[in-house]
Amino acid sequence: MIDFNGLLSYVSFFLVFATAYAIITLGLNLQWGFTGLFNVGVAGFVAIGAYTSALLTTPHQEGHLAGLGWPVAAGMLAAMLVTGLVGAIVGVLALRLRQDYLAITTFGIAVTIQLVANNATSLTGGPFGVQFIPRPLQAWLGTGLPWTLAYLALAVGLLVLAYLAIESLVKSPWGRVLRAIREDEDAANALGKKSFNYRLQSFVIGSMLMGLGGAVYAHFVGFIAPEDFLPILTFQLWAMLIVGGAGNNRGAILGAYVVWAFWTAAGGLMRDFVPQAEQARAAALQVVLIGCLIAMMLVLRPRGIYGEKLVVHGQS
Amino acid sequence: MLQILADGLIIGSVVALGAIGLSMTLSIVRFSNFSHGELLGWGAYLALVASTALNTTSGAWATPIGPFSFGWGLLVALVLACGLTALLALGLDAVLFKRLRKQGSITLVIASFGAALALRNLLLFWQGGIPRYYSENLQIAIAFLPRSTWGGLRATPDQLFVLVLALVTVTGLHLFLQRSTLGRAMRATALNPGLARVTGIDPERVLRATWLMGGVLAAIAGVFAGLTVQMRPTMGVDLLLPLFAAVILGGIGSIWGAVLGGFVVGMAESISITWVGAEYRSAAAFVVLIAILMVRPRGLFGEKY
Repeated sequence: MIDFNGLLSYVSFFLVFATAYAIITLGLNLQWGFTGLFNVGVAGFVAIGAYTSALLTTPHQEGHLAGLGWPVAAGMLAAMLVTGLVGAIVGVLALRLRQDYLAITTFGIAVTIQLVANNATSLTGGPFGVQFIPRPLQAWLGTGLPWTLAYLALAVGLLVLAYLAIESLVKSPWGRVLRAIREDEDAANALGKKSFNYRLQSFVIGSMLMGLGGAVYAHFVGFIAPEDFLPILTFQLWAMLIVGGAGNNRGAILGAYVVWAFWTAAGGLMRDFVPQAEQARAAALQVVLIGCLIAMMLVLRPRGIYGEKLVVHGQS
Repeated sequence: MLQILADGLIIGSVVALGAIGLSMTLSIVRFSNFSHGELLGWGAYLALVASTALNTTSGAWATPIGPFSFGWGLLVALVLACGLTALLALGLDAVLFKRLRKQGSITLVIASFGAALALRNLLLFWQGGIPRYYSENLQIAIAFLPRSTWGGLRATPDQLFVLVLALVTVTGLHLFLQRSTLGRAMRATALNPGLARVTGIDPERVLRATWLMGGVLAAIAGVFAGLTVQMRPTMGVDLLLPLFAAVILGGIGSIWGAVLGGFVVGMAESISITWVGAEYRSAAAFVVLIAILMVRPRGLFGEKY
């Protein structure tokens, strides 16, 4: 007899994580898929969102700078604003330069955020992380399945909102300019579009979604630590976007669920078949799988499962 | 004060050697190879495996040479590691990068990202996560200047070995690029690939040479990092930011620029260890990087050899 409640609980846990990743992947898709901005520091932006919301909403603790006890909604909003601000700073610094400089700069940002999270103990709790992050409505729904389902509904609601907002943005003239810049920046400039401004806007909005995704993650788990935001997270999110199909918002969302399913399944298989002593090494193999998945997808199916629709027909 | 400079030179020689390979890939293969750091890591560990194997065949391999902590075994292992790492770089190109070259540089960057991840974790899977050393022998640092003279200056023989061999390697590379036909072909391709092709230079041959040399330099840098600090499977990704900072500081494609950039980054790390604390060491490279991008985005020496 299958434990129905257990299964439902497992599936809803899986779905909450995948939904948080889908929100982040939407942000990455706006940056990379629509504008061609290569951000390799996604984990850093997610961390900023998660830490901002966590630090603002947690109850005050002795020896900690933060802990303002704000409501969760305000924390999530602040997460978006702060991540957007960091995105703006990074964008102003790096978006004028050669394409790959943005990659290197965002990579450096992620490393630096990791260092701060690990070492600025009075602010971030250092390696021990932030605990007691409030879970919205938990006082009312308890800790069991009803709460998980309610949080899933909240996360999906936020994802739908984000999807609708981004879809309407990229279908607007603004979105057309983004794609024009991605395809041929000189031509877009020649048409009088200040490409730097558009790229910066796209980068900031994308960063805000990453921050929101981080906050959704933090308030679900109730505990965050620097090791939740290692470069591996960036790779997973990139894998989601590449597998799903860059340049298509539905593809980005689909990719998040598919890759997270692939990742959890691989992890589960390793736990079942690899002896206890070898688990740490097996986890490394799991990451190798994601690396190979990205590489294989690029070689075999560069447009992803559900790639961008061609706007101009009759050309390839 | 002098000690900070000396430590900076040692860190810098590792960064410089890695940065030259990265810079060559950037200017000749034309993409930011995020997996270059992993070549350093693999080089270091391949040398470790080779030297351990040699040491078990005969104790003579492990007997320290003069004042150094390592024996002939490590030097032979270094040569082997250079060859194997060069093959690894070539293999990676054949399996992955070659197939994606037509799709543009950013696709290559993403691919190198995936490759870095796979390589690093394969290393972790193979060697485990515990830091390793080539030799358990402890070295006493030689005092070159007493503490009374500007804070004194001390260095271990291994550190001096690293510094000298790094300078020899870079000089050799410089002569190769200036004097040999293949070196000239590489410089020509970096400057103008189209024109180089028209003049009869085989681009594939130049690319292969670039990967081979990048791999060799990475292996040397990796072994030096293992010799002066320690080996960890994550050493590649830890070194990546310093490498990029050095390349951008020196100017993409400039060998001596990469060397100078490496030493500046090494200095910055050394200073930050003293003034800010070792925990923020990696951020030093990032601060240098941001400063260059703001002030002089093309680096100190432009796009030329």
